[in-house]
Amino acid sequence: MTDTALADPCRSGRPGRAALRLASLSAIVALLPLGGCSVLDHGVLGAAGPVADQTRSLFLLVCTILLFVAAPVLLLTPIFAWHYRLSNTKSAYRPQWGFNWPLEGFIWIPPAIIVVVLAVLLWRDTHKLDPYKPLASPYPPVEVQVVALDWKWLFIYPDEGVASVNEFVFPVDRPVHLSLTSGTVMQSFFVPQLAGQIYAMAGMTTQHNLAANRPGRFRGENTQFNGMGFQNQKFPVLAKSTDDYASWLAQARSGRKTLDEGAYAALTARSIQAEPILFGSVTPGLFQTILAHDDPGMPTAHGHHPK
Amino acid sequence: MSDDGLWFFLFGRLNAHAFPFVRAWENPNLSELIGAFAGALVVVGAVVLVALLTWKQWWRPLFLDWVTSLDHKKIGIMYIVIAGVMLSRALVEAVLMRAQQSLAVDAPGIVTPEHFAQLFSTHGTIMIFFMAMPFLTGLINYVVPLQIGARDVAFPLLNSISLMLTAGGAGLVMISLAVGEFSTGGWSGYPPYTGKVFQPGVGPDYWIWAITLSSLGTTFSGLNFAATIYKKRCPGMHLTRMPLFCWTALCTSILMIFAMPPLTLATTLLALDRYLDFHFFTNDLGGNMMNYVNLFWLFGHPEVYILILPAFGVYSEVISAFSSKELYGYKSLAAATMVIGVLSFTVWLHHFFTMGQSADVNAFFGVATMTIAIPTGVKIYDWIWTMFRGEVRFTAPMLFSLAFIVTFVLGGLSGILLAIPPIDFVVHNTVFLVAHFHNVLIPGLLYGMIAGYMYWFPKAFGFRLSEIWGRISFGFWVSGFYLAFMPLYVLGLGGMARRSQALFEPDYRPWLFVAIVGAFLLLAGLVTLFVQLWVSVRDREANRVPVGDPWDARSLEWSVSAPPPEYNFATIPQVDRLDPFYWLKERKEAYKPADHYQAIVMPKNSWVGPLVGLAGAVCAFGLVWHIWWLTILGFIGVWAPVVARSFVRDVHRTISASEVEATDRRWLDLARTTRPVPRELETEPANLGLARPFPTQVPS
Repeated sequence: MTDTALADPCRSGRPGRAALRLASLSAIVALLPLGGCSVLDHGVLGAAGPVADQTRSLFLLVCTILLFVAAPVLLLTPIFAWHYRLSNTKSAYRPQWGFNWPLEGFIWIPPAIIVVVLAVLLWRDTHKLDPYKPLASPYPPVEVQVVALDWKWLFIYPDEGVASVNEFVFPVDRPVHLSLTSGTVMQSFFVPQLAGQIYAMAGMTTQHNLAANRPGRFRGENTQFNGMGFQNQKFPVLAKSTDDYASWLAQARSGRKTLDEGAYAALTARSIQAEPILFGSVTPGLFQTILAHDDPGMPTAHGHHPK
Repeated sequence: MSDDGLWFFLFGRLNAHAFPFVRAWENPNLSELIGAFAGALVVVGAVVLVALLTWKQWWRPLFLDWVTSLDHKKIGIMYIVIAGVMLSRALVEAVLMRAQQSLAVDAPGIVTPEHFAQLFSTHGTIMIFFMAMPFLTGLINYVVPLQIGARDVAFPLLNSISLMLTAGGAGLVMISLAVGEFSTGGWSGYPPYTGKVFQPGVGPDYWIWAITLSSLGTTFSGLNFAATIYKKRCPGMHLTRMPLFCWTALCTSILMIFAMPPLTLATTLLALDRYLDFHFFTNDLGGNMMNYVNLFWLFGHPEVYILILPAFGVYSEVISAFSSKELYGYKSLAAATMVIGVLSFTVWLHHFFTMGQSADVNAFFGVATMTIAIPTGVKIYDWIWTMFRGEVRFTAPMLFSLAFIVTFVLGGLSGILLAIPPIDFVVHNTVFLVAHFHNVLIPGLLYGMIAGYMYWFPKAFGFRLSEIWGRISFGFWVSGFYLAFMPLYVLGLGGMARRSQALFEPDYRPWLFVAIVGAFLLLAGLVTLFVQLWVSVRDREANRVPVGDPWDARSLEWSVSAPPPEYNFATIPQVDRLDPFYWLKERKEAYKPADHYQAIVMPKNSWVGPLVGLAGAVCAFGLVWHIWWLTILGFIGVWAPVVARSFVRDVHRTISASEVEATDRRWLDLARTTRPVPRELETEPANLGLARPFPTQVPS
């Protein structure tokens, strides 16, 4: 892999941390609380959309409940071990004591109750945050068809007749409905600040719903290892105002590039795509054609052979 | 036949570029040089080993006393030797990966993506199949027959075959360092990425055949241990009188029997895809990789409990022994173990919540996953209450057990988070997941294995390990774990994908720096473990415990000399309750000669195991490189010794009653003349393995 291949479309251009590089071991540890926590802004805790928002609340709620699970163990273990140490001649010693019914109740029942509470929460929120479930909104969703390729992402906007590679753009406050498939091995589509991830698999579609509640630039990525360009398979996710979205569509159309089967075949080559590509028109039904390439149960001649 | 055809017939796909030395010569960048260096280590290591064996004239004892031995104790020790070697390699790989990530933030780092992918694939494969599995199989092998009062396992020859198949698989992974390359598909090897279309090279084939050899060995081990525990217990040793380690061994064996076949099947079907153009898991012609994912985790989740349960057993023994107290809630613990075993088959889908199932399916498996937390939590409390009103000594194995309780709880909590599908969606495939499973497997498996190794080492070799070095090692293993993996939780929440060779987010950098420090501390933990072994062997005369009970422990393995005689017990013990040796000591009935001694029949050594393992590895090597004559030769080589063996009638040898009696009386005389030591001196040279009785009760 050459240096140019490491170019990242999402690089945010922050000032370098040369001082950290030189800092001694202890200094690094000391600096951590000062400089390190911004890392969380890149994930679900930096939520910028309704799905991520609700997931963050659930995460924090469960963490709070779990504190009560951990606390007794984290307290009792050192206390008992220290108090009943051999050198403490004042502590009691009952070597033949090994069972007690009330204690047994204390051991089995509270964990069971906590698990029941968590299970109720789990059932409710798994349905509430089902990625297939359309998001409630007064506006119709933006339809986007997503194709996972090596090592790039193709976004087709069937209603708009445009497509993009490695740039996922949509208007703020309108829900986005994604249909995903893969033109190669299995991948996982993930925009941490907006919603969870979902796999994309050849010959199959999975679905996803997300939205952003503020304009911004977020990191999208594939998290399922798929070969030597995997680490570079990141893409900017741009939530734009309605006007900016319209001008992005206009920009795409002005380029006059057409995404047809030939252009798609070129995209399937295993390569890292540093700069986004915009297509002003798309062959209708291309997504279905891609799906049919690898439909399980539908014999086709040997599909594509990457490389 | 053309030259090419002849070459292919003789050497298959092998060519000069299969050797990392050639690749490094032609393209001397750092990544290739590291690869060549690793390959050279294998070659040089093998040469040095051969030279050492020759110089010390250890060839004969190596083969006649060890490799061909059917003694469960020696087989157990050999398993653990394999685990130690493989642990060393995989831990170095881990350090290399951490180094790469900490250097490769907006920079190329030191290894290429190809090399990095091989590193995480071999690291995972080795740690699971060739470190963890041999380690726990070795401990079970050594300890279980002694704990249930048996002379050996149910099928000693099969035991040797299992060991040698595992060794063959491990050998294949080592050979891949020097000849060819390894898979880049991770330890789970998901197709279609590992299919022929996307990885035409030999990498996935090495992975497939190494896994297949070891999973066959493990299936046999599971059958063997289950049969041993069901059929070979001494009189009076009811199931509910077995030490808890035996319960966990039984549960693990049952899981091995039922969980390994889906893996063998998955890798076999993948092999059919790769070799004979089948389409089980391809993208086209009706293949469906989701079937692989299901099969793999149908194995993969019970596997987690195969790994963790024996460590739970070790903790039960260690905490009870070093608290001088009976285990709290023995029946609860045994029941919880079996419940975990059953539940472990109902949760596999939580490894792929993100594959697009309906919310109902995801929620069902999420709840099932959480349910496992109940029996697991019960176990934690049982260990805590075992210390209650005990006399706790902070020896190295006990320290590992305490660190386990605290650390494992944190891993369990992140497991609960991951069991909730919507939360899993935002941290799946990130280093949060990596942090989670290291957070359960390092305390829940590795600490347990190390604790067990230190606890039973004096039994196996007759001398104690250095306590000081044990504690130093403990310090490194625990501090290293926290520094290496806690940052990964943060990074995962920050969206950092696992298996990334390079990173483009400067905010990740400080956390990755902390993690690399942790990785080096873990490496120091391993090094100090070896230092401990070396120091202890050097000072062995001062630390001998020939009487055999250095920790004032409770189960039958401590009631015999250290090391135990080949036949374990001069006379098969009679048991009338749990913790039989404790009660013998309590009733002053320990160390008494038998009324009369009988001759003992033991299995003779056999070459079948090593031959089968070697031929299995040869067959696999032929398959990897498409050297078909070698494959056929290897396949015949696997079966020929098995067939030949069935014609051999003279497979036993008899140890005379007088010899047994003489050995036993010599040991009993020693026990009579040895000064018993109080617990305060148990880590001192005064400890010769005879415990001074504790007062039965101390009022508060």
